Amino acid sequence: MTEMTHTAIADQEDDSHHPKSFISKYIWSQDHKVIAIQYSITAIAVGLVALVLSGMMRLQLGFPDQFSFIDPSAYLQFVTMHGMIMVIYLLTALLLGGFGNYLIPLMVGTRDMVFPYLNMLSYWTYLLAVIVLMASFFVAGGTTGAGWTLYPPQAILEGTPGADKGIIFMLVSLAIFIVAFTMGGLNYVTTVLQARAKGMTLMRMPLTIWGIFIATILGLLAFPALLVSAIMMIFDKLLGTSFFMPAILSLGEAVDHSGGSPILFQHLFWFFGHPEVYIVALPAFGMVSDVLATHARKNIFGYRMMVWAIVAIGGLSFVVWAHHMYVSGMNPYFGFFFATTTLIIAVPTAIKVYNWILTLWRGNIHLTVPMLFAIGFIFTFTHGGLTGLMLGNVVVDLPLSDTYFVVAHFHMVMGVSPVMVLFAAIYHWFPKVTGRFLNTSLGKFHFWGTFLGTYAIYLPMHYLGFLGVPRRYYAMGNTDFIPESAQALNASITVSAIIVGVIQVVFVMNVIWSVFKGKKSGHNPWNATTLEWQTEHTPPRHGNWGKNLPVVHRWAYDYSVPNVKEDFIPQNVAPEHVIMMDEQDKHNEEKT
Amino acid sequence: MNIFQKLTEKPWLADDKLALEGNSGSVSSAQLNTSTPAKTALYFFLSVVSVLFLLFTITFLSRSQAVDFQALAGEPWLPFSQPTSLWFNTGILLLASISLQLSVLFSRQKKTNHLLIMLVLATLFSATFLIGQYTVWQQLTLSGYALNENPANSFFYLLTGIHGLHLLGGIFALVRVVWIFWSKNKTQSLTASLRLCTTYWHYLLVVWLFLFALLTATPETYRTIALFCGF
Repeated sequence: MTEMTHTAIADQEDDSHHPKSFISKYIWSQDHKVIAIQYSITAIAVGLVALVLSGMMRLQLGFPDQFSFIDPSAYLQFVTMHGMIMVIYLLTALLLGGFGNYLIPLMVGTRDMVFPYLNMLSYWTYLLAVIVLMASFFVAGGTTGAGWTLYPPQAILEGTPGADKGIIFMLVSLAIFIVAFTMGGLNYVTTVLQARAKGMTLMRMPLTIWGIFIATILGLLAFPALLVSAIMMIFDKLLGTSFFMPAILSLGEAVDHSGGSPILFQHLFWFFGHPEVYIVALPAFGMVSDVLATHARKNIFGYRMMVWAIVAIGGLSFVVWAHHMYVSGMNPYFGFFFATTTLIIAVPTAIKVYNWILTLWRGNIHLTVPMLFAIGFIFTFTHGGLTGLMLGNVVVDLPLSDTYFVVAHFHMVMGVSPVMVLFAAIYHWFPKVTGRFLNTSLGKFHFWGTFLGTYAIYLPMHYLGFLGVPRRYYAMGNTDFIPESAQALNASITVSAIIVGVIQVVFVMNVIWSVFKGKKSGHNPWNATTLEWQTEHTPPRHGNWGKNLPVVHRWAYDYSVPNVKEDFIPQNVAPEHVIMMDEQDKHNEEKT
Repeated sequence: MNIFQKLTEKPWLADDKLALEGNSGSVSSAQLNTSTPAKTALYFFLSVVSVLFLLFTITFLSRSQAVDFQALAGEPWLPFSQPTSLWFNTGILLLASISLQLSVLFSRQKKTNHLLIMLVLATLFSATFLIGQYTVWQQLTLSGYALNENPANSFFYLLTGIHGLHLLGGIFALVRVVWIFWSKNKTQSLTASLRLCTTYWHYLLVVWLFLFALLTATPETYRTIALFCGF
């Protein structure tokens, strides 16, 4: 922690610290931008694995018994790995490890993270976690099939797929991931607090940084709960303790455990699990705010309210966890408490949604690809959020729990919505990372395919949930209360899912093609105000800022300021350097 | 400026001069002192570790109310009704903390010889503590209190183990600090780094005292706390 190899702070740059060889520049790099790209590529690669897994699940559900390689065990393993990879190894890693790493130093105006060495270590530890996780596909018995929540006792009992080795790999991988996240997280928080450029007060930070900052604090405080439960479950499995394991019969024989409490695991898991939703959502909230303001050429509506809402959501997210456990049984007063806190979260969240819409109101909206994804996000998020309000009530949750309604809800709110923002962010910041645009036509095709496709997938799922179709089931069998038409719906969902999956290939091809052949973008193609667009070079070089660090003179949202010639004023432009309109400009302005 | 003033600032009107002067997080010459970010990071890290032990404590208290839970103290024949060996270990860890504190003092006064003696002592005491804890484990196992015999035993091994791992990590960090000092010979950064190490050692001492009290309490105490917490 005391390591400060090349300080991120000094005004003058010392050339001797620049990496020379290929290996120190691109492999063992301590540059936050390279680490961010390493994080992103790894996360997206493992995310594609999870996408394929979801496709295989859908094949079984849409066309039961047509595919011999999907037996019930394999199906459960696909479900489990899909969930865990998407939530933790893709979304958390890409939003914080990828975008957090890339954007924090650039947006707050510093040369690098404050602990570059620790940052590098964070990535390689994350990679180790991914490798351990992927290795579990190849051990005897395969990956765990316990569901992404890994509830004991079933997660470690004979009969559950992967109960022998897969679950151990999963738990160890999670523990390693948490170590990696803590190293990265300490870096992000300290950089935001200690290394901001001159003039960058907390309230002048772009909302992206606010979102990432608060989400990182949530992560630092919530991941220990997962670590605790992972360690205790490993003890139960390997050393024969009874933290979570009750005395039960397994396959007709009494197990060697007694007295443990599976509910205790659920409390720990969801004490991590609910903040995790916001670890994913808050950076997305921040980034979408900046994309909307930039492409609507308007200051974000209610900036302070947006910041307070992020902080309030972060705080509240720690006192709602038991709403995932209504069906586990609890004191009715607890249920009342957790339902109330859950509904209260809707207040700051709704403030954010209104503010996004009011930012668009009478804005000079440019329907660029990032803007399309950002607007798409407002739809999907509102949609998923509203079903969240329904499920937050105990009486509504009980009949809907463990049905496809829940699957539809959380996929809309924390699957599709953050992914929409991720795409918006990738299309928005790609010109800074590579100096080239992503192809717009392919981008628009990608947007409409993804946006309409996800609705084709998840809208019918709400209805399946109302019918009572349970989640995680390999096949329906002969169930009287579910009409046969539900199968037709399932088939249509599967077809949509496969189409959406294939469309993502178009996106990947677009990225690969554009890195080499994309249209050159210049250094600030969106005329944005935030600091990352004001670097001397695009892509920014090692040390980001050339000789002098930027000095910040204004907040991040000076778009369309009256009587100013350009419709944006970058954060590092001093008041005396702002170019005002002359008479001719004013005349033109009135005419239009 | 306190945090509430900062958060209620209107950034679209904010006084540019004030922002340029009064920004505590800004880059200034004082910031070249590298200890400030490290201190912030350490405090965040300690909060993370605190949450970790807090959650272990809550699981412990909750589990202690199950019928099969046999506390390790209370009745006179139980191993920690008179935890002599644990008191001994506590004393050793206290000595480690004191030696580190003194090493900071000597580092500031640039008394290199005294400093080195204190660092060696601190490392030795910490290692002795770890060995002492391991001995307690062995004694427990030999007298029939194995890891998987009872949840109280499991928690004892688990919590002391996690605490020991944190101390072991601290020893690595300390050795590294000394190693960097040896190879680069900069006393100024040494004092700052030793201060951070000392904070960490004191923190681990406090955690240990807490764990000590928790793990050797009587079933009645657990009952009372659990009732108070609503388990």
